[in-house]
Amino acid sequence: MSQAETAPQAGTVHTRGPVDQHDPARPRNPLWTLGLLRSEITTMLRRHRTFALLGVLAAVPVLIGIAVRIETGGGGGGSGGPDGGAGPAFLAQVTNNGLFLVFAALAATLPVFLPMAVGVVAGDAVAGEASSGTLRYLLVAPAGRTRLLLVKYASVLAFCLVATLVVAASALAVGALLFPVGEVTTISGTRISFGEGLVRAALTALVVAVSLTGFAALGLFVSTLTGSGIGAMAATVGLLITVQILDSIPQLSGVHPYLFSHYWISFADVLREPVHWDDLIKNFQLQGLYVTVFCSAAWARFTAKDITA
Amino acid sequence: MAPNDSAETTGEATSTVVGRRKAARYIVPVAVAGVAAATIGLVPALASTGDPDLPKISAQQLIENIAASDAEQLSGTFKISTDLGLPLDGIAGSLVPDGEGKDAGAAAPQDKLMELTSGTHTLRVAADGPERQKLSILGDASEYSLIHNQGEVWAYDSKSDEVYHAEAPEGRDAGELAEKAPKDRKGASATPKDFAEQALAAAGDTTSVTVDGTARVAGRDAYQLLIKPKQSGSTIGSVRIAVDAETGVPLKFTLSAASGGKAVVDAGFTKVDFSRPAASTFAFTPPKGAKVTEADELETGKDERGAVQEALPGQLAELDGFEGFNVIGEGWTSIAEIRTPGGTGLPKAGSGEMPAEAQGFLDALGDKVTGKFGSGTVFKTRLVNALMTDDGSVYVGAVTKDALVRAADAAAK
Repeated sequence: MSQAETAPQAGTVHTRGPVDQHDPARPRNPLWTLGLLRSEITTMLRRHRTFALLGVLAAVPVLIGIAVRIETGGGGGGSGGPDGGAGPAFLAQVTNNGLFLVFAALAATLPVFLPMAVGVVAGDAVAGEASSGTLRYLLVAPAGRTRLLLVKYASVLAFCLVATLVVAASALAVGALLFPVGEVTTISGTRISFGEGLVRAALTALVVAVSLTGFAALGLFVSTLTGSGIGAMAATVGLLITVQILDSIPQLSGVHPYLFSHYWISFADVLREPVHWDDLIKNFQLQGLYVTVFCSAAWARFTAKDITA
Repeated sequence: MAPNDSAETTGEATSTVVGRRKAARYIVPVAVAGVAAATIGLVPALASTGDPDLPKISAQQLIENIAASDAEQLSGTFKISTDLGLPLDGIAGSLVPDGEGKDAGAAAPQDKLMELTSGTHTLRVAADGPERQKLSILGDASEYSLIHNQGEVWAYDSKSDEVYHAEAPEGRDAGELAEKAPKDRKGASATPKDFAEQALAAAGDTTSVTVDGTARVAGRDAYQLLIKPKQSGSTIGSVRIAVDAETGVPLKFTLSAASGGKAVVDAGFTKVDFSRPAASTFAFTPPKGAKVTEADELETGKDERGAVQEALPGQLAELDGFEGFNVIGEGWTSIAEIRTPGGTGLPKAGSGEMPAEAQGFLDALGDKVTGKFGSGTVFKTRLVNALMTDDGSVYVGAVTKDALVRAADAAAK
């Protein structure tokens, strides 16, 4: 990168100075962070493991779509079978409108599949580098630990978004292929056009991606605690399962509002008319809290840690 | 071990200093968590302080305001929590929808409204004059809507994607009730002032009606109307109604038990808006492919069930004859007395009329009491208590156990 590119952003360079513990005399190109982020994201996305995770996620809507299609024996066959209303949310509407497969698939993957995939990626973010012995080389580069951690978290967030979009896109494709699409009836009973339905679907996917950020931060923190990638992934996924179990015990209702998964289902409120924001806002606040607490905890741990591998 | 951060390895920093510096970093997440916890704890406390300053008014003026209220357009979010203290919590909610829902069509309104009698529910209401109303019960990823739009009543259950349709004049639902209410008011040609006077007169000696300060409900200033039984022995502690100071619309209703604790019924707006809701709110066309149950179909479908239902009371009537039904006492402490001629009351243990398990179950639900009337079992909820004597009389009322026993004693004389 040329000096000319860096010159207008000299201010940013200076503010970054104290954070990174290395030779302050040399001005750093701010685009370098983006370069690090870009390389981090491409490395993450190119891994075979990521492909496998995304493949499983993309398969879920296909399975749901085919199952519903077989069950109802062709479109327009009334409601969702004899026990309509059981099973995952939105399943009953799928036969009549393929767009609902997006919501059904997100509702089906949000409790387990999506967070598990995120847990694997987040848990492996730092611990995986440590266990494969590449962490010290990353730190040799003048990136600074804080910045490396931020880039790691950003790439996990990118995975949250990509994973959610993969589920939504696959569901939309399968839904449009197997079922009729058209005007959407919101769960409040009002009608919106298909275009607005698509907007709501995209919004839902975004909300789901944001719902995962708190858990991703938790996974990143766990990842800084250990040098074993497998250990960090297992611990993160274990935490997920524990929290899900706690959330389903009615006697513990006092702690439920503080569990990161408690307001996940609120993404369905996007489909009400008008949108019911109360729980969505609570969800965002809770995720924000988890992100600040666990990212700062990860920072406290990672910047003070002895890197031995 | 020396940390390999270049800045820290240069100096001869002792390990304690480094350790302290490391530990200091953890202050950040702890502080964030602490601040968040404090905020969560403090914000509701701060929000609930500071009742609004409103000019003082009398109870009669407040009731006049309610009667004179002509707010016909509103929309808002409504929260209702009910804690009746039934022996088995949620028994009402869990039994009803399953048993009846299947053949009546899942979207039939009666069953859904029964669900509201237990637990906490969030509702959305919208109204635009007597011709258009909408009530939605928000569930997890689903919603149940009841829409009344100019003579048509629709109910839509998004969970099962089923629709219920009726013509309003035959319906017996919220829409029609709301339609009736204003007519009645006009029919009686009572001015709000008359109405308030009549209401207070009817309350009479048994009830105290006062204005008990002000409150903020759903972001609006409200007066609190406090209704309390003057008689002792009632299980009802008080009824509190928050009335919007500006429009006279009741915003919140709280029914507390005399025994204290959580309110038995706590229903109120959490958000309210008195402007006209969008017309599209009340428009409903059944979604393509959704199962639609017509109210008339439902009536014919009910015949089979009806037969069972008719047979059942018949048998019950044979059993107890329903000869003596009278009301003891007046006002809040009135007790319904149901006598069965030569009845046997609850089957006794060991009489072989009931399996031992069932007998044990019934005993666990009720308390044994004895008095001049003999002995019996008291079944308690937080609001309504019932005494079933061994000779077959039943006393039911919103009164304490002692009051029931006194009534039974008096009747036994």
